Amino acid sequence: MAVFGAFFVFLLVRLILPGSSPSGHDTAFVRVVDAVSKLSIPFLLSVFPLYAALRGVKVYEEFVEGAKEGFDVSVKIIPYLVTILVAIGMFRAAGGINMISDALGSTMNAVGFPSDLLPMVLMRPLSGSGTLGMFTELVERCGPDSLVTRMGGTIYGSTETTFYVLAVYFGSVGIKKTRYAVLAGLTADLVGVVASVIICRIVFG
Amino acid sequence: MLNYIWLGLVVVAVVIGGYTDHLKEVAEESFKMAESAVMKTALPLVGIMAMWLGVMRLAERAGLVALLARMMRPVMVWLFPEVPADHPAMGAMLLNMAASVLGLNNAATPLGLRAMKHLETLNPRPGVATNAMCTYLAINTSSIQLIPATAIAVLAAHKSTNPTAIVGTSIMATGCAAIAAVAAAKFLEKLPMYRLKPVPERGPGRSASNSADAPGDLGPQDQVSVAASPTALQ
Repeated sequence: MAVFGAFFVFLLVRLILPGSSPSGHDTAFVRVVDAVSKLSIPFLLSVFPLYAALRGVKVYEEFVEGAKEGFDVSVKIIPYLVTILVAIGMFRAAGGINMISDALGSTMNAVGFPSDLLPMVLMRPLSGSGTLGMFTELVERCGPDSLVTRMGGTIYGSTETTFYVLAVYFGSVGIKKTRYAVLAGLTADLVGVVASVIICRIVFG
Repeated sequence: MLNYIWLGLVVVAVVIGGYTDHLKEVAEESFKMAESAVMKTALPLVGIMAMWLGVMRLAERAGLVALLARMMRPVMVWLFPEVPADHPAMGAMLLNMAASVLGLNNAATPLGLRAMKHLETLNPRPGVATNAMCTYLAINTSSIQLIPATAIAVLAAHKSTNPTAIVGTSIMATGCAAIAAVAAAKFLEKLPMYRLKPVPERGPGRSASNSADAPGDLGPQDQVSVAASPTALQ
């Protein structure tokens, strides 16, 4: 076990050392996190079974036992996903997001919120792929190093597709009455967006 | 709330679609999304789910999950007061959050669903979300991650001179979102409209607010006698 741990420490150091990354100007922090996330899946997939085996667990049998649940859970979320995704798809196809963006645009500009970001922000809780498409379009329109693009990237990194997460997580255990979960999730998204705009203005403005 | 949002999305879509002459696209998209929910999201999840649940089972059996949960105990007990400190749900939620922080998205979802399953075992009201579930979901939607890998990839693909410039701002913004998520969840759970009704068949609920609402502390035997009388059954 100790030898195995040392092996991963060696791999980690090799990845973190400067010169190993293809683009030269990454900061040390980015290199460390990048190395950790690259190694963590091989680490989990090997260290967990090894440790379990040393503790006397029958690894093959127990793995199969755990894996059995995979199908049930995935099938269980289907009705929840279909329900929420159909409504979101219809709204998106109708052009609802652009319509709200156009209506709100000038007001948002007046309070210091770039209206270019509005379609992406409105799409964010509804659809992950839709948001990615809008972010890509924003980068092409405003340039890869502009303030608005950096705000968009920060928003993309600090918010989540709330309705999708809700459907999958609650659907997997059959929760229909979601109480205040939507409101709390959307609050987190809204704060993430506002914080992104303010922080980017301070840091890059 | 979700009832109104859902209805709003569908009705507004048809109204706007009719107004802008996009009804055909709206109809087509509804079928396309229904199909992709199954073919592109749920079914691909089967294999990944099975793999991570297998790994997770080994970690649980070896006591690794419990070990992790013990290290983070004070934070977790504060975040999820309804969940017993030694419950397997704590370890599962921690593993899911760790995977999210590292940006391991295909590991995070199966681990998160495993945590939901553990939380559901503590739920006295099937179909209704518990406080712990809502807090947990809010934390998840605040997207706690160190490196926004997808956004960086898009910037790099468009020849940005410094694609990782957004790392620092993202960490700060996602921190604000996570704090807001917890604060919102802790605040909303105390509002009268979201308070959980006591569970009749099991007596007073688990949390302090529930037992305060319950009509006196009935022991198991008292309940049997109440239930046996025809007037109580109505």
